[in-house]
Parts: sequence; structure tokens; C-alpha cells
Amino acid sequence: MEGLELGPVWLSVQLATVTVLVLLVIATPLAWWLAFTRARSRAVIEAVVALPLVLPPTVLGFYLLIVLGPAGAIGRFWVQLTDTTLTFSFTGLVIASVIYSFPFAVQPLQSAFEAVGRRPLEAAATLGASPMQAFARVASPLALRGYISAIVLGFAHTMGEFGVVLMVGGNIPGSTKVVSIAVFEHVETVSYEQAHILSAGLLAFSFAVLLAVYVLNRRIPIGTGHA
Amino acid sequence: MPELVLDVAIEKPGFSLEVSERVALDEITALFGPSGSGKTTLLRIIAGLEPAARGSVVFDGQVWQDDKRFVPAHERAVGYVFQDTRLFNHLTVEGNLRFALRHGRSRASIGMSEVISALDLESLLPRRPASLSGGEQQRVAIGRALLTSPRVLLMDEPLSSLDTARKREIVSYIEALPGRFSIPALYVTHDLDEVARLSNRMLLLSVGRIAARGSVGEILERIDLWPSTGRLEAGSVIEARVERHEYGMTHLAFETRTLQIPAVDEVPGKVLRLRVHARDVAVATEPPRNLSIRNVLPVTIKRIDLDATVHAELLLGVGAQTLRARITRDALEDLGLAEGQQVHALIKSVLFEGRL
Repeated sequence: MEGLELGPVWLSVQLATVTVLVLLVIATPLAWWLAFTRARSRAVIEAVVALPLVLPPTVLGFYLLIVLGPAGAIGRFWVQLTDTTLTFSFTGLVIASVIYSFPFAVQPLQSAFEAVGRRPLEAAATLGASPMQAFARVASPLALRGYISAIVLGFAHTMGEFGVVLMVGGNIPGSTKVVSIAVFEHVETVSYEQAHILSAGLLAFSFAVLLAVYVLNRRIPIGTGHA
Repeated sequence: MPELVLDVAIEKPGFSLEVSERVALDEITALFGPSGSGKTTLLRIIAGLEPAARGSVVFDGQVWQDDKRFVPAHERAVGYVFQDTRLFNHLTVEGNLRFALRHGRSRASIGMSEVISALDLESLLPRRPASLSGGEQQRVAIGRALLTSPRVLLMDEPLSSLDTARKREIVSYIEALPGRFSIPALYVTHDLDEVARLSNRMLLLSVGRIAARGSVGEILERIDLWPSTGRLEAGSVIEARVERHEYGMTHLAFETRTLQIPAVDEVPGKVLRLRVHARDVAVATEPPRNLSIRNVLPVTIKRIDLDATVHAELLLGVGAQTLRARITRDALEDLGLAEGQQVHALIKSVLFEGRL
């Protein structure tokens, strides 16, 4: 294979994009609940959410491999449903990535919702807005910075993951061979030139994204709160 | 006149509130009490912002809350003005107003242009709430509450964070609201001057219970309520009609007499409600002469109250209205004052400058 290898790059971007979308759908209600609940179980849930921050990716990958594998609880169900395995598939990678990047989406959202607080929501309620309307038209715009952080961190963290992908996804071109795996493979086979191209590309891309976000964040006049 | 029937209770750490009361809502009813007496909590219960509250809330025959049901805040026909305004900073002033118009009662009876002109909001529309002064923010907040076309306006100390000049600016807007929009208001405050200026009926809240209800004048005159109304604040509320303006003074018709106060910007014929502190009223047994005090009225001593201090409180009748005077017991004995006696009340005219 000569020249620039776009397959793994494209796959990484796809994986990160899908992962971020799934993360937003799942993390938003959970972050909301964590921000406003007075339940004692809150601390337990927070600890569970933060686990991927401290667990070695291999440990996480190992458990995911067991649960998602054809003999595991979820994996078996998936095989029955679709006749394909979750492990070593793109879908399996998305599930693993969502779990791996979960705290990077939940925590900024939770902080943002906490900073918004109940006050604007109460005001919205007295103005006739239902809880969903208050969320969509008051809380979300006020928590915009939290959303941007969640999206960027979730995306970047998924782009950069290696251990979990290797454990759960393996190295199947077009399906699970993402950039980090490709780089690893090139280094293993002493194709340093290829490794250089991919690594430098990922480095430049990551820097560009982060820079764009920080510049954008400065331009957003309001963070949270009320007059 | 809509009636609000409350039978509610709530427990909070170190505080409990229990209120069972029928409130006829007419114009502005003041909900008065010292800090921590539960005024805001009661207002929040009425608005549906305290889901932990037990009991029932019935407004004009509609059950907002009882044992079986709890109508959520966004379905109650209230307009709520928060102490801290709670304007949405991600929207312009116009955006804030439109938010209320969009989410408020489906049968909107109050329109945008009406509210904008009533509160002089036109020039503020494109601005962000954070760039407004405190008084402007509060005007926008009041306008926003009105645009939901509420059946009742709940106002939680809307003036408390403003300086005196701003207060004066806003209070004339608030005063005109119930008449202009035909919406009664429940007005929480711990400032007796605001009560006197804005309302004729009040509920007195003390440590989570309604301690008294009635006309503002009656309640302020009750000596037993001083722990709640505040001893130094004790006095009376009188009504007087603007007669004319002269040499920087406004002449007011008070019963059959005339009172002079530093000029106020009100048209002749307008009835003003004024507060007279008991400590600012002195008495004389003969008509005093060569005196700097402009307001001297013949009065009848209706009652003499002695309390545990060196002071005595006199209830003085002027026609159908009453004044309170606070004098020392020493003076009481020296002058030989007795109930039923005709005396002259001396009211320091500076007194009226403390108005809003």
C-alpha cells in the first residue's frame, strides 16, 4: 500500500461522530438527573460514570469483550437478533467507545446544568413552559458551553482510543481498523513512513479541532445563569 | 373578585409553614412579614414551585392542588415576578417577552404593545438583560409575567434590590397594573412603606403562620402585632386627597383638615396613602403657637396603651381615621392626658419624605 492511507482515518472520524451523537442522547438525561437529583444513589452513579477515567483500557476492553462476545449476555442477544457478532464489528466499537468516552460527555454537561441551576427553569415554568420546553429553550442554550466541551472531548477521546478498540474490535480494515490501530500496526511492521503520515495527520487534526473550539468558546458571550 | 383558598403546610429544615386562609384578591394585597417568616415560600406554594407542600390550593374555584392532584407550575394561571428577576440572558428583552407570549395562556388577553407601552419597554427591546439597570430589568420581568395573561400576579419583593430612586420609578408602574390590566396582585414585601403605598389590604405572616389580616391601617395600629411589624415601624396609614400645589408644598385634604407635605408629583383629586410613624407624632393640650411644624390637627384621644417600656402609645381619632403617637409616660402624666380628651397632634412634615 502506497501513499496516504485514508481508510482508517475515515473510519476513525465515522466512529467518533456516531459515538458523539449516541453520547449526547444518553449523557444529556443522565447529566440532567445528576445535576438536579437529591437521591442518595447519585454518588454511586457518579462513581460508575467516572470509572472509565481510571480503569486501564485493557481492563475495560476485557469486560466488554466478555459481555459483548457471542457468549456474553448482550452479545448472545445480538447474535440472535442480527445473526452477526458485536465484537470485531463497527457496532461493537461504537458501544465500546460510548462507554469509554462516557465521563467526557457526562461531566461537562452535568457541570453546565448545575451552573444553570433551577432558577431559570422555575422562571420558565411560571411563564407556561413545560419541562421539555424549558429544557430546550432555556437550559440547553444556557448550557451551550457544556455541550461544546462534551462534543469536543467525546470526539477527541474517541479518535484517540486504542486499548479498548484493540480488545473489542481487533484490526479489520474498513470495519474496526481505526487510525490508532493502523499506526500501531505500521510500527509493528516497521513501516515508519506510514506511521509518520498517520500520526502527523492525527496530531494536526486534533490540534485544529481543539483550537477551533477554544476560539469559538471565547466568542460565546454567555456562559450560564440569569440577569 | 377572585378568591384564593389556601390550606397548605410545608416543612423545611428549621422552618415550618402552615397557612389556612381565604384571600379575596382585589387590586394589590400585601403579604407582609419579617425576613424568614415564610412569605416567599407561601408565594412559591401558590405558584406550584414547592412540590413538597401538602394541602390544597384553590383559585377562583379551580383546584390547583389537593390530596389527589397537583397542577404543575406551568399550567397555573399565575404571573410570577421574582426578586432576582430571572430574565433569560441568552435572549434579548424582546426575546424574553416573546417567550412569555408563546408559552403563556392560550387565550391571551394581554398583548405585546399594551405591555410595552404600560412599562415603557420600547427602547429596551433589542438589548440583553445583563446590560440593563436593576430597575429596567425589573420592569422587563414584570412585563414578561404580564404577557402570560395570568389570572393573578405574584410579586416577590420586586423592589428590594433597588435603590430609592429606582424604587420610586418602578412603584408607580406597579401601582397602576391591577387597574390597567384587571389582574389582582399578591405582593410580598418586608417594607411597610411599600405596603402603605401600594395596597389597602394585607396579610401579616409571622414564623410561618398568618398572624393578622385586614386593612393596612388596622394592622399597623395593633400593638400586639409589633413583634412582627417592628416596634419602630409602628404607626398608622392615613388617606388624604391632593388638593393643590403651592410654594413647593402639596396640600392634602385629610378629613376636614389640611396637611402639607413637600411637593409630590400627583394630580389634584388623587387619593394618597401615607404612613405616619408613631414616633413622629407629638401632642399638645393647647394649640401651639410659633411652631416650625406645619401640620397641627385637633384630635381625640381614643385609647392609651402602656407597655413595658417608658413609653405610652396614644390612638388619636381624626374624623374617621386614626393616628398613633408615641410619647413618654412622663409626658403622659405631666400633661394629664386621658382617654376621650381633645388634644392637638403635631406631625413633623418631614415625615412624608420617607415615602416611596
